[in-house]
Amino acid sequence: MALGASMIWFSLLVLIPLAAVVVAAASGGWSGFWSVVTSSQTGAAITLTVLEALAVTAVNVVMGTALAWVLVRDRFWGRRLLDLVIDVPFALPTIVAGLVLLALYGPTSSLGVDVANTRWAVFLALAFVTLPFVVRTTQPVLEALERDAEEAAASLGASRLTTFRRVILPSLVPAITAGAALSFARGISEYGSLVLLSGNLPNRTEVASVRVLSYIEGGDQASAASVAVILLLVALAVIVLLDLLQRRVVRRGR
Amino acid sequence: MKQWKKTAGVTTAGIAVLAGLTGCATASASGPQAGSVSVVGFSVLQTANKQVIADFQKTPAGKGVSFTQSYGASGDQARAVASGLHADEVHLSLEPDVQKLVDAGVVGKDWATGPHQGVLTQSVVVLVVRKGNPKHIHGWDDLVRPGVQVVTPNPASSGSAKWNILAAYGSQIAQGRSPAQATEYLKKLIGNTVAMPGSGHDATTAFEGGTGDVLLSYEDEAIEARQAGADFDYVVPDQTLLIQNTGALTRNASSASRKFLAFQLSRQGQTDYAKQGFRPLDPGIDVSVPGANNPQDPFPQPRTLLSIDKNFGGWDNANTKFFDDTHGLVTKLLADAGKS
Repeated sequence: MALGASMIWFSLLVLIPLAAVVVAAASGGWSGFWSVVTSSQTGAAITLTVLEALAVTAVNVVMGTALAWVLVRDRFWGRRLLDLVIDVPFALPTIVAGLVLLALYGPTSSLGVDVANTRWAVFLALAFVTLPFVVRTTQPVLEALERDAEEAAASLGASRLTTFRRVILPSLVPAITAGAALSFARGISEYGSLVLLSGNLPNRTEVASVRVLSYIEGGDQASAASVAVILLLVALAVIVLLDLLQRRVVRRGR
Repeated sequence: MKQWKKTAGVTTAGIAVLAGLTGCATASASGPQAGSVSVVGFSVLQTANKQVIADFQKTPAGKGVSFTQSYGASGDQARAVASGLHADEVHLSLEPDVQKLVDAGVVGKDWATGPHQGVLTQSVVVLVVRKGNPKHIHGWDDLVRPGVQVVTPNPASSGSAKWNILAAYGSQIAQGRSPAQATEYLKKLIGNTVAMPGSGHDATTAFEGGTGDVLLSYEDEAIEARQAGADFDYVVPDQTLLIQNTGALTRNASSASRKFLAFQLSRQGQTDYAKQGFRPLDPGIDVSVPGANNPQDPFPQPRTLLSIDKNFGGWDNANTKFFDDTHGLVTKLLADAGKS
């Protein structure tokens, strides 16, 4: 019963729309698909999007884990507030996030930092919206972690680094990879938060989702779907890769 | 106990949602006599239509007529109606968007046969500059000077940005330059462009956020923004393009919507639109428009006023020549931008 209901729900929400995207992409034929993917402007946009999302994910893995660590292990004034605020980038409508970023890091920046219409703008917007993912997946695992094991390791003469690497990290890795996968997937699909700050300049700051929008606006559904399929494949590849990586690390830890 | 509370909570929420839905349904239903009009329009109209609708409801024909309204990017709105969003009247930024609905069978083929050929509101392309015009922008040629930063919505994703690009190209031809020179001009213009936001609205937001020296925009948007307190100036260049926003009734439009369309085209309707910054279809309408450069003479006649039909051979030709997916002049210039 539960299985049936879940499968129907999942099919309706995910499988059928995804299949529809692939079918739409196929409607242009192989040559259509190929000419879209190899078009230099679209290619540049896809490359930029994937590289930026990867970079942001890498930063999130480090900073997100550190943030989660601080939130769980350290006691300081304002910790609970910080714990609440972490989710804000996630809860904020993305276009509002875009406005905030434009005000803070645009030409009229009160911080004196102007990255508007550069590739840094894309990075910054992605980093902003994907911040909560790794923190939120890692945090509960850290909270559940028994300190006994760490103390035992320490009493057996393991250095703090070794304890972290051999005792803590293996338990954290599945959570970190889950967060990283979410962060990457969100990164390659982001639109709202970066369009105001990035300037959508072709071959420079234009991301894949803007290309998709351009194709749709031009009435070319097949090309839009082709870009979507590429993003889908990249996301799938990265998620599988992360999963393999995670299994390796966990196995080595044991 | 806890479980019970949770269930109760979910149920209450469910009831609230249902109540909300029925609430909407009743609100959009209308009195049997007066009828209702469902307007689907492009974003800028949201403010302008408020006054027009209010004044229409004061007339005998409009008394008691209820309205449902939806506003958004012109292309998105056309797609929404084509795929089933109910509309009695569509009012879109450019003719090809209405044409999409004709192709989809939602709007009759004869929509543009009236005296105004389907045009409901019009405006011109203007150059929005910083307060006091510190970069001395007076015409199109100033935009390609080194160091001038231009913001325009992206013509690939914003249908209405096409007006800007065509105006830029047309301004060169109008000054006696060759098509090759005009293309070269566009190339330089794109080179000076520092941001191409997805829609006209995003472009204005980016400009107000401090990006760029010049924003390519429309007179009505500039005036409306200034009415709303925006602190910038605008220049009507000597050569510019007449923007014609088209509107049409759908095949099974309500009778109230026919009356509304007639009101929009009437002297009163056009006066209301003029007060919001749209150039009236009837040049005899004389209004003072707050927010215009000169409120007493709000719509100065440019030296050369280009039009899509006269100077570009209609939208079909313009779209093929400039914006075709692979061979369009602008498509190619954009694809090569930023590569140097």
